[in-house]
Amino acid sequence: MSDPIKIRATLQGETTDIRILMQHPMETGQRKDASTGKLVPLQFIQTFLVSANGKPLVEGQLNTAVSKNPVFAFKARGLKAGDKLLVSWIDSSGDKRTDEGIVTNS
Amino acid sequence: MNNTKTKKAGCNNLLRRHLLRTAGATSALAALAAAGVLKPGQVIAADWPRGPFTATNFNDALKAHGSNGSSEGRDIVFNAPDIAENGAQVVIEVTSNIATTQSISVFVEKNPMPLAASFRFANGALPQVRVPLKMAESSRVRAVVRTADGKLWHAQREIKVTLGGCGG
Repeated sequence: MSDPIKIRATLQGETTDIRILMQHPMETGQRKDASTGKLVPLQFIQTFLVSANGKPLVEGQLNTAVSKNPVFAFKARGLKAGDKLLVSWIDSSGDKRTDEGIVTNS
Repeated sequence: MNNTKTKKAGCNNLLRRHLLRTAGATSALAALAAAGVLKPGQVIAADWPRGPFTATNFNDALKAHGSNGSSEGRDIVFNAPDIAENGAQVVIEVTSNIATTQSISVFVEKNPMPLAASFRFANGALPQVRVPLKMAESSRVRAVVRTADGKLWHAQREIKVTLGGCGG
């Protein structure tokens, strides 16, 4: 239903650069639909979790103030090429999405 | 856009009402856990804290989040534009060089709901985050760092916004 999370994780020496694009409208509930003039209902990602090899790396809690289709960047140590990253989010309507990424050499 | 005040108030009330109504949403992570996507113990902090996120003024949000009373920390690097042309997407980057940093939280002082995002780091994740924010108007943006021993530090930047991003 919702669009996939795009995950890019590249090793840069000791650290891994992690970029995550969460495709989500992040609706504030205030925006008016241009064609109908009606308010677009509130819907935004409330929590997400990034884990690597089954261990949590970053947990985020968000508000409507995070932009539409947000791209987050994080860094982590101790990962190697081939490690599996799992990213999950849940939004205010209960909608959720989980996708997987692999750490690659730069 | 000379009706910013009323528009802001509108933002608040509607959103608050909606949030109060949809009480089920906080258990969303629990649902994920139940579905077997997340294993028990894997979630660092399961729930979306409604109080701090729906607080409508800066001091209330800081207090509700337990992020008040922080000292200014020179070991926080806060990268942000001085002037943002589009308030719908203001990219900020916060890096904490404070040992044992556990979380970074971001507050936009003049947004209808100041607490924008909060991140917790574990298992080798460096205390650094880049996040795109919506800003309703020019405002001070504060990053609050919490360490493992409960100490609080902050860094802040004044960001001028040419076009507000309240409507998303």
